Amino acid sequence: MRAFQILIDGFAISALYALGATGFTLIFGVSGVLNLSHGAIMVAAAVAAWAAASVLGVGTYAGALIGVGVALLTAFLTYFAVVKPIQDSRRIPTEEKEIFVLTGTLLWGIMIQELIAYFFTNNAKTVLPIVEGVVEILGVRTPKNEIFTAIVCCLVIALLWLLVNRTRTGKAVLAASMNPRGVTLLGLELTNIYIVVWGIYGILAGIAGVLLGMFLGVSSYSVGPLTASAFSIVVLGGLGSVSGSLIAAFVVGYLETLTAYLVSPAYRTIPALLLLVFVMYIRPQGLLGRR
Amino acid sequence: MNKALSGALRSAFGAVATGALLAASSPAFAADPIRIGVIAEAQAIAGASIPQAAQLAADEINAAGGVDGRKIEIIGYDNHSSSADSVRAFQRAVNEDKVNAVIASYISEVVLALEPWASRLKTPFVTPGAASNEISKSVHADYEKNKYTFHGYLTSAALALSVCDGAKDLLVDKMHMKTAVIMSEDAAWTKPLDVGYEECLPKIGLKVLDHIRFSPDTTDFTPIFNKIEGSKPDVIITGISHVGVQPTVQWKNQQVPIPMFGISSQATNETFGKDTNQAAEGVLYQGVSGPGVAVTPKSVPFAENFKKKFGNYPSYAGYTAYDEVYYIADAVKRAGSTDADKLVDALEKTDWEGTIGRVQFYGKDDPFTHSIKYGKGLITGLMLQWQDGKQSAVWPKDVAKVDLKFPSFIKLGN
Repeated sequence: MRAFQILIDGFAISALYALGATGFTLIFGVSGVLNLSHGAIMVAAAVAAWAAASVLGVGTYAGALIGVGVALLTAFLTYFAVVKPIQDSRRIPTEEKEIFVLTGTLLWGIMIQELIAYFFTNNAKTVLPIVEGVVEILGVRTPKNEIFTAIVCCLVIALLWLLVNRTRTGKAVLAASMNPRGVTLLGLELTNIYIVVWGIYGILAGIAGVLLGMFLGVSSYSVGPLTASAFSIVVLGGLGSVSGSLIAAFVVGYLETLTAYLVSPAYRTIPALLLLVFVMYIRPQGLLGRR
Repeated sequence: MNKALSGALRSAFGAVATGALLAASSPAFAADPIRIGVIAEAQAIAGASIPQAAQLAADEINAAGGVDGRKIEIIGYDNHSSSADSVRAFQRAVNEDKVNAVIASYISEVVLALEPWASRLKTPFVTPGAASNEISKSVHADYEKNKYTFHGYLTSAALALSVCDGAKDLLVDKMHMKTAVIMSEDAAWTKPLDVGYEECLPKIGLKVLDHIRFSPDTTDFTPIFNKIEGSKPDVIITGISHVGVQPTVQWKNQQVPIPMFGISSQATNETFGKDTNQAAEGVLYQGVSGPGVAVTPKSVPFAENFKKKFGNYPSYAGYTAYDEVYYIADAVKRAGSTDADKLVDALEKTDWEGTIGRVQFYGKDDPFTHSIKYGKGLITGLMLQWQDGKQSAVWPKDVAKVDLKFPSFIKLGN
């Protein structure tokens, strides 16, 4: 009974982590950007979905769409207002650009967080679930919304895989992650590829944010922990490796769930962080890292 | 990788420094007003009502001519729920803005950090919402030093008593419940609360089967509810304030068949219904007052005026903050001065019928010196329940308007 409970709850949270981390690692893989405003974009999506559905009353589906739309806009804004100006700048030495992007996105994330707290208070908001009610699976009373979350996450990740491996645009993205200079030599505009990637990222982060808002709820306080969790999953899996992130998301998700059930909910995140430190020692490039 | 991490750290420090530079400024000058500093969590559900309610009280007093011709001036500071920000705000309030008294915070950790500053800067200080026993115990332990601090809300010990008194009538006598699990967040105010629960629940006939304390930054409550369900209690007795929306929504989404009853600070605010998408239905919480509940003749007019002005009913700390401005003004009038020691003497003799009951403070020889007195004819608190999207009083009988009502997933009498 308890084993099934852990299996089911762990799967839903892991799938959500996987979705959240995929976009994060994709951007790094393709453009070398570690986007520290990641958590803020997810929270913005969830709060927008909540505000649209519960305050303006546009309905659950429209609310969720608005949430994803807000994440997409925020992602583009992040790219055009924060990341691109730094990348294009001639006054910042190339070797320092990475640090500037890190700092820029971190501050940008804090700005979004404070804006959300200012306009919507720092209390948690929960998005109205698209499916309500519960079902019994293997004797475990499971909210339908939890199953819905897991299914949507898996579907979106599968779609992303198809997009990257089976379409022309996707192949260009893949090529850019392997050898950006080679791609430009082939006559492809690197900026266009970046725009596509940031678009994909915005949609992924938006869906993850809205689903998280339905499943657990978010507040402006969630910004830091969400960025940190995506960051540690991606580092554990290997920076830039999408499949590594997927595996790492499930490792972290299950480790947390196991700890919460078998030890204490108060220590939930500790073992996963210890594992991260341990992996850093013996395999600094992460589980499936390329470098 | 190292580069990336150190970059992140560096920018984090940068952010902190920028935040410090941006700290708000609010100069104060006027003939000779009575200045009250209000330090509160403007972005939190429970804290947001504090400065609003204080301003409302000040406006009313000023409209009626002030205190012996002196106007009340409220100077507000947002503490971002941080103790460090609060201490800076307190120093600024006293040293630069020259306030005569301070009303601050609903968070015990913040109030405990401010208490020594009230002593050092010799400024009367009242909290409208923190609960830890330690606040008034410190006053008792070193009266001469700490006498400037007043606890304008019930101590955790009194809160536990209030919950148990309500539980006896509603749960044990009416619904014949026998067992309970305590679920509380790990914070300064819940330590004495839990001790109080452990002591009084068995006395009223509720056996405590388990006691779960969890970190206030918990987001996934599934394992906690599953664990509670495993011990099959009749009721969950809550002690939550930093969390509220998330456990309530997950309780509903997972259809946990056990009612929740106890302290749930966020549930005292009217916006809680919307924040939880009405998952709050059926939640029972302790309050000192509530919309439409005539605890005293002042309660309902205050709540309605507040709503007219700010768009929602106040949180519990709004009621107490409103009363505090009034009884500080009353104390200034009786003392005939804003001198700190004279004001403390006058505050000790407070006998004020406010919105939450009759406010008097325990004296020097009581263990909870300067905390408001709990008991019949003074302040007893009440139990309210979220029903049909509204907060309705269900206990005690003289103010109760409706019977208990639970959503369909609650299975009573397991």
